[in-house]
Amino acid sequence: MNVHEYQAKALLREFGVAVPEGRLAGTPGEAEEAARALDVPVVVVKAQVHAGGRGKGGGIKLAKSPSEAKKAASEILGMTLHTPQTPPEGKIVRKVYVEAGSDIARELYLAIVLDRAEESLAIIASTEGGMEIEEVAERTPEKILTVPVDPNLGFRPYQARRVGFGLGLDAEQVGRLEVFLEGLLRLFVERDASLVEINPLVVTGSGEILALDAKLNFDDNALYRHPQIAELHDPDEEDARELEAKRIDLAYVGLDGDIGCMVNGAGLAMATLDMIQVCGGSPANFLDAGGGADKDKVKEAFKIILRDPKVKAILVNIFGGIVRCDLIAEGVVAAAGELGVGVPLVVRLQGTNAAEGRKILAESGLDITPAETLGEAGEKAVAAAAG
Amino acid sequence: MAILCDASTRLLVQGMGRMGRFHAGLSIEYGTRVVGGVAPGKGGQTIDGIPVFDTVERAVRETDANASVIFVPPPGAADAILEAADAGIGLAACITEGIPALDMLRAKKVLAGSSMRLIGPNCPGVVTPEQCRIGIMPAQITKPGPVGVVSRSGTLTYEAVDQLSRLGIGQSTCVGIGGDPIIGTTFTDALALFEADGATEAVVMIGEIGGSAEETAATFVQQKMSKPVVAFIAGQNAPPGKRMGHAGAIIAGGKGRASDKIAALEAAGVAVARSPAEIGETLRKRLAR
Repeated sequence: MNVHEYQAKALLREFGVAVPEGRLAGTPGEAEEAARALDVPVVVVKAQVHAGGRGKGGGIKLAKSPSEAKKAASEILGMTLHTPQTPPEGKIVRKVYVEAGSDIARELYLAIVLDRAEESLAIIASTEGGMEIEEVAERTPEKILTVPVDPNLGFRPYQARRVGFGLGLDAEQVGRLEVFLEGLLRLFVERDASLVEINPLVVTGSGEILALDAKLNFDDNALYRHPQIAELHDPDEEDARELEAKRIDLAYVGLDGDIGCMVNGAGLAMATLDMIQVCGGSPANFLDAGGGADKDKVKEAFKIILRDPKVKAILVNIFGGIVRCDLIAEGVVAAAGELGVGVPLVVRLQGTNAAEGRKILAESGLDITPAETLGEAGEKAVAAAAG
Repeated sequence: MAILCDASTRLLVQGMGRMGRFHAGLSIEYGTRVVGGVAPGKGGQTIDGIPVFDTVERAVRETDANASVIFVPPPGAADAILEAADAGIGLAACITEGIPALDMLRAKKVLAGSSMRLIGPNCPGVVTPEQCRIGIMPAQITKPGPVGVVSRSGTLTYEAVDQLSRLGIGQSTCVGIGGDPIIGTTFTDALALFEADGATEAVVMIGEIGGSAEETAATFVQQKMSKPVVAFIAGQNAPPGKRMGHAGAIIAGGKGRASDKIAALEAAGVAVARSPAEIGETLRKRLAR
């Protein structure tokens, strides 16, 4: 789960990590008020959306007075922001964060990640602040410093010394970085983050260390033990269908094509998308109905698939292990009967109770195209969508 | 011979809830020696004919169990894994989906100093055809034979096994290693076991987007394996930044693409099926060579 910059900075503050002062505003008037209250020569008005690269898209503006802050906010609020990280349709800005401007001497990069390959936590640091870290890794890997952190030991001061002196900080600044890093790691571990990224991390003219931007990502699987983090979720930042699917415990990802897919299991669901592409078609979605798929779930899954107006055919691909194919078949029949699926339906049932399932489909009187193998299912679905 | 489990395996079931009981029953039906269950507070009872114990330690002492299958819900799953290791269990398969990544990271560091091998979590378990079923796989689709199967996915494993069985090609052992970012046994670990196993002549490896375990496995195949390996990578057209069902199936920061994994595997001499319908056929052709 992602959170907004203003939420991330409030959490950083809670863990003793230095951030510039700032206030949230939902209207130009509130932005003016926020700038006045901050009482600094320069404020930065920043669009609050879940995407990087906001500055290039016009979502970040400097203001030298409260009235300038009001004007900047009126330009940003309500705008549709396009950055390399937003979806093609862009993102509508509903809130801005008004922050005290900083006297920047150096821009650095600092992150804490879960390093899958090393099966460890890791601090990633670089002198190339403000740049995409993937780009730095590609072009100048020698400028990236990685320091592993044992998840059972947590932060150790030497790690801050390795990072700080590695970044060319002086002894006093390294001392400040130690406090900063200790807080970041405590936040990561105590709130089950999956990514903490400070880009840029700045050293000010007076040698202070500040998080100028902050991106926090939390482990969805751990949200049950952090209700205060779960509350930070902003439904406006998510695809409506993905949100609806999550509510009923289905994994759904919208895609560009015209063949709706309902599959059990994530791996088989991905392979079904691959199968459609191999057959020359294009899938409209990824949908994993999960191990507990039954009649009601199948019906709900159909509703979500059919919400997408691009869908010209639906492919149901079930390999029953825990899932029973007869229950799936009942769901398909109920959904097709009650929802009036107006597009061709190709159904492949294999595994547990597949024969019973196929019988239910055949006797339903509904126009359902059965398929025996995965290859056959893909071909028939692509042909059906082509009409 | 086979890897991980065989007819002599003595299995415990940790978590005797609806799922645990249902699959314990199917495993017994398949001929697996299920020697006990663990359910705190229910020690001394017998559930579905299975003696139940309060702790794994007690269960091991009483039954001499050497393997365990874990159905404990996410908040207690990592604890259940560590309890099994502490009790001297040799092999644990954790079926549970949705364990916090940090819990697994911590548990894995502890397991590095223990003698227990962990399969999963978020996996379908292990089947050695006609000998032992640990987990939730539909074992009836497997048949004994010379091909080892290792996969990050559940249902896609069934698909691959089904394709092999239909071609008349049996399996030595089928292992689902799980779809989470941090797992006990990796592709490389499983490949090493298959390479050393006398009953295995070839391996089918089913990977997916996310992480770099397939790339690491490719290096292992190239440097250490004499047996032929055939692969499929799911998610060839998955959009970056989107989690595709499994917690670990995500292309992030330009890493974890299917195309990179396929390239690495092919460079290592692995025959990679481009269509998921041709996993079995790709193996048949590779064996005929």
